[in-house]
Parts: sequence; structure tokens; C-alpha cells
Amino acid sequence: MAIMTIRDAINETIREAMRRDKDVIMLGEDIAGGAGTAGGQEAIGGIWGTSVGLVGEFGPERVIDTPISESAIIGAAAGAALAGKRPIAELMFSDFIGVCGDQLINQIAKFRYMFGGNTRCPVVVRLIYGAGMNSGAQHSQAFYNLLTAIPGLKVALPTTPADAKGLMNEALMGDDPVMFFEHKALFGKKGEVPEGLHRVPFGHARMAREGGDVTIVAFGRMVSFAEKAADALAEQGIGCDVIDPRTTSPLDEEAILDSVEQTGRLVVVDESPPRCSMATDILALVSEKAFTSLDAPPQMVTAPHSPVPFSKELERAWVPSPDAITAAVRRTLDWG
Amino acid sequence: MAKPAPKAASKPAPKTAAKPAPKAASKPAAKPARGKSVESDEDFALRSLQMAHEDNKRFDASDEQLLHFYEQMLLIRRFEERAGQLYGLGLIGGFCHLYIGQEAVAVGLQSALTEGLDSVITGYRDHGHMLAYGIDPNVIMAELTGRQAGISKGKGGSMHMFSTEHRFYGGHGIVGAQVPLGGGLALAHKYREDGGLCLAYFGDGAANQGQVYETFNMAALWNLPIVFVIENNGYAMGTAVKRSSAETEFYRRGTAFRIPGMDVNGMDVLEVRAAAEIAFAHVREGKGPVLMELNTYRYRGHSMSDPGKYRTREEVQDQREHNDPIERIKKELAERGKTEDEIKAIDKAIRARVAEAADFAENSPEPDPAELYTDVLVESY
Repeated sequence: MAIMTIRDAINETIREAMRRDKDVIMLGEDIAGGAGTAGGQEAIGGIWGTSVGLVGEFGPERVIDTPISESAIIGAAAGAALAGKRPIAELMFSDFIGVCGDQLINQIAKFRYMFGGNTRCPVVVRLIYGAGMNSGAQHSQAFYNLLTAIPGLKVALPTTPADAKGLMNEALMGDDPVMFFEHKALFGKKGEVPEGLHRVPFGHARMAREGGDVTIVAFGRMVSFAEKAADALAEQGIGCDVIDPRTTSPLDEEAILDSVEQTGRLVVVDESPPRCSMATDILALVSEKAFTSLDAPPQMVTAPHSPVPFSKELERAWVPSPDAITAAVRRTLDWG
Repeated sequence: MAKPAPKAASKPAPKTAAKPAPKAASKPAAKPARGKSVESDEDFALRSLQMAHEDNKRFDASDEQLLHFYEQMLLIRRFEERAGQLYGLGLIGGFCHLYIGQEAVAVGLQSALTEGLDSVITGYRDHGHMLAYGIDPNVIMAELTGRQAGISKGKGGSMHMFSTEHRFYGGHGIVGAQVPLGGGLALAHKYREDGGLCLAYFGDGAANQGQVYETFNMAALWNLPIVFVIENNGYAMGTAVKRSSAETEFYRRGTAFRIPGMDVNGMDVLEVRAAAEIAFAHVREGKGPVLMELNTYRYRGHSMSDPGKYRTREEVQDQREHNDPIERIKKELAERGKTEDEIKAIDKAIRARVAEAADFAENSPEPDPAELYTDVLVESY
């Protein structure tokens, strides 16, 4: 197994898919990155560096730099998918779903159902998300909860290089639209990546830590923070299960419920603001299906119900922290 | 290799095709329309502002006005240079889009506005527009460093600034989203019958967003007092205009909505000012929107993290050496008798002003953590 970053895992997986399948194409702003001007073929590879080298290997017919026109990018990708292609469209920031929301929510999500199963739309939309880079209120949001709320979309959020590869392969080989959320602060995260056509089925959570005393369900970048908190608590003799659902739609309910039934204690960590979030979603699930297993009120660790601030200090306070997770775990243990 | 940009007063930004000569453009259109005369009055109206601009290209500035333009442009240049340095030192984080090279656009246009009446809105490359308005450099720089004393209390950052006092409505991060908002500002002017207009800036990249054209249609349909300004700096982030735009002559893009266009050299503040007067007069007379293309050039990257590999160093250098808006006016000041010492004294004063702003921005306190929960709504939850 090779050690690589999430950035490189995504790049390599797309490269292998494009070699394997001529129907896989990419569209996005600056993804070829100034190719054909001063920089030659390998100029930038997208501002996130995830498409480096792809235009050189596959050419501008398959790695397409687009105008700054998110509605048309997503619409064109979806249309090409209806016609049998497997487009990967990049939304440079997930915040831009505000611009192309109709294509995602009213078009892509509805085709299969409203045409009575007569079509398929295997488009992969890559949405780069998350706070922590001082990008301000319009370039920092974690919108996986919004798209999870829409029937007809699958939603993946890999947190390790291996899962980035496995979930991307699954998305590219499946026949449904996939919203693929990549946290900007995780691109540099390194880990082992299996060789070959590694696939991770959707709806199967990863147990990132096993401890048995408290269940922590965390999403996206928050998985790393939960692991950090769990490791610190382990030194104090408190064992945490850390569950990384990997996909929010479908959601591996069983893994969460199994763990809570054993621990009786639940902490959910979510980078979004609290209302109508993945945190409330998981609390609802557990309240409905594992109520009698609970030994303490479930705890939510989320961002506050306010936009993402610009200032470094404020943003640090806005993002849920490992310390906040530790405190929430302790609250479940100290209750009653 | 990119085509070297033309020199001096000729068209600044590199483009694929040569434009038709202005005089040729005034010839009757070749296409006869359903038995009507070869050129209708409406067709003429679409080009009349450009023709007026061609006839009287440069603003006849007094010595005092010329000096003021110079000072304002230089303030923007030095401010942005310092912002770039503070970014390099880690005092500014996140996005920071510098206006260096484009100074003549904001200074020339905004100098023709009626202060306290007209409104302005722009995208995320907004520092220059605020400085051109005379907004205190201290509070702008303090916003860049994310401090409590910043104009948005450190919550907005480089891209998100706002001044009710100056009727400056931001400072927007989503490409093109400010354009419909500008339509709304113009609607308010019209509704109030206050005689004001809205100046709505956006870039050549934003010109490919659908909501821009929804706004063109409404603005023309409702005869709104709005001037659409496309700052064409040649690159939509890292993608050259010719690779991102089917019609690279952006001033023509209003034609389908019957919005007259103007093609303006955005590297000469006097040409910008002259064009602004023609456009603003048209709008104030109640004749509806105008679309101005300001051809300019940004010397620095799209943002601070831009590796700049989509153009050659020579292309940038050529613009700096032969087309710089500040050098052009500096030369003109010298021709009008300003001595080297007088010009140096101005430079020194501006450097001191920018240094003061940087000190203020570095030494102001961080926002209080309680600010996380304030200003979300006017009321509280």
C-alpha cells in the first residue's frame, strides 16, 4: 500500500478511472488551470491541485476548464450524464451550491424518480467545503447536511486517503448522482491507500476508534478532531467509539445504533451550525430507535448558529474543537 | 506565448481579435431588417454613447483634479502593496485580491459620482473601490487583519466590506452575485425618484454568470438607473478571457437587451472619467442602463495564492512599463510643471498614510469571542 495525501488519492483515482473508462470526463473552473497559455499543459491543476497532470494525459476534451458559470457547469455535467457520460464536475467551494442549487436539487435529484426509472444520471459533483482557512462567510460552509436532506442524491464525505479512493471509485462505478464533499483542510492528510480498484460501498461506516464507553459520531474533518479527543480520553481510561459514517446518504444507521446500544452515551460532532444538521439527524435517529439504551442525554458539538467569521480568532472559536468534544464526552459520563 | 499587449494609450489588455476601428463601427449595419431602413434609431442608440466617447476621449482635468487622481491611485497602489506584504507575514489570512494595475478604473468612475446620492457595489476585489471613496484606510486595513476596529468588525475580511455612510454596498464573494443586487439598488433610486444611480462593478469572469443577464433584462425592461461596469483584466481567475468567453468584446454583451455599450481604456484615468460622464448623464436623463467595459490589467495574481502560471512574466512587465495608469499621470503632472520634489513629497505622504494604516491594523485588538453571536440578525433568536 502506498502512503499518500487525500489530494493525491483523489487525483490518482480519477486518473485511473479516466484510463479505464472513456466516458469519465471532468468539468470545472481552472481545473486544467491556464493550460494552453504561458504555463503549458500542467499549469495549475485546479486551485486545490486535485487535477494536476490530468489535462496533460487526457487532453482538453476530457479535462475541461469552464467559464465561471456554476449553473451551466452542473447542468452540462448532468445533461452529459443523462446521455451516458460519467462527468465529474468540480464546485470550487461548496458554498456555490447557492448559485447552481436548481440543477442539484430540482434537476439531478429528481430525474430517476420523475421519469419513472427511465433514466440514470451518474454525475459526480465534487464540492470543496469547510472552515479553518480564513475564507469568510461565503467560502467556508459545510453544506453536506443541505444535500443530505434531498432525496435522490447520494452524499459522501471521505476523511482518509483510502476512503477518498474507495468512495470515489464507488461513485464513478455506480449509476446514481453523488455529491462528493472534500474538506479543504484535509487535502494534505496522509494515509495508506490500497492499490488497484479499491471500492468502499456507500452506507457503511468506518469505526475509527473502538473504546466502548461513549459513542462519538463525527462528520468530515470532525472525525480527526474526535480521534484526537478519544486518544486523550483513552489516556484517562475513558474508551470512545469514534464512528465515521463516510456517507450521509445512505447512512449506516446500524453501526451507530449498535454502538449506542453498547455504550448508552452519544456525542455527535458536526462542523455545520446546529439547526437541521447532521447532528440533529443522528440525535433523532437514536432517540427514535435506541431510546431505552441511553444512559445520558445525547450531546451535540457543532458550530454556533451564526455564519463563518473571517477573523482567525473568531473562526477558531467557531469551529468545533477537540476540547469541546472532550467536554461533551465528560458531560455524558457525569450525568445523573 | 501570449501576444504582447499594445503600448501606451492603445487597448491595454491582450485580446484575441483586433477591434473594428471606431469610425467603421459608426457605419450603417449591413443587415436590413424587414424592409426598414438599414439602421434604426434604436440600433444607433446602442452605439451613440461609444461614439460620443470616441469624439471626446479624455477628460480635461484641472491641475488640482489631476493631482487628486494621482494621489488616490497612488494611495490604492501603496495600500495594496502593503496588504500584500502583511499577507506574506501572515498578518492577513484567507483570500486577498489586490487591485494593483486597475486603479484608474475605480478612481476615474467614482470621481464622477455624486457623493451621498449614488450607490456602488462590487465583488471581492474591493479595497480599491473603498479607498477611491475616501473611506479611512485604517478601518480597511484593520478588516484585512481581522480586527475589531475593522470596517466589518473583523467578521467580513478582505472580500466583505460595506459602508452605509458612503452608499458602498460591498464587497461580495460569490462571482456575479452583486449584479442583481445592483439592480435592486437602482430600483430603489428609481422608486425614490432621488436622481441617483447605481454603479455595479463585476469582472470579465463574472460576465459569464447567468444572473448577470437576468439583471440586464430587468434593468433595461424597467429602465433602471444603473451603470454596469465590466472590469476586464484579461483573466477569469487563472483562465484567459479568450479561453472563457465566446464574446470577448464585453461592451457588446448588452446589445441583446438594448443596453448601449462603451469600450473604455481602463488604464487612463482621464479616459475613464470622460466615459463616466457620458454614461452617467445618459442614465440620469432617465434613458436606462449603460454597459461599460473597462479594459484594464491586474499585475498581481487573482488572489495571493495564485501561482501565476497562466501568463508570461513578459506580458505583465510590458503592461507595467508601457501602460501603467499611475506613471501615465505622473508624467502628465511633470509636463504641467510639477517638480520632482513636489511629486516625491506626495509619495512620501502617501507612504506615511499607508504605514499608519498598517500600524493601526497590526495593533488593534482581536474581536471579542462574544462577537460570534452578534450581528446575525437585527434582533436575537
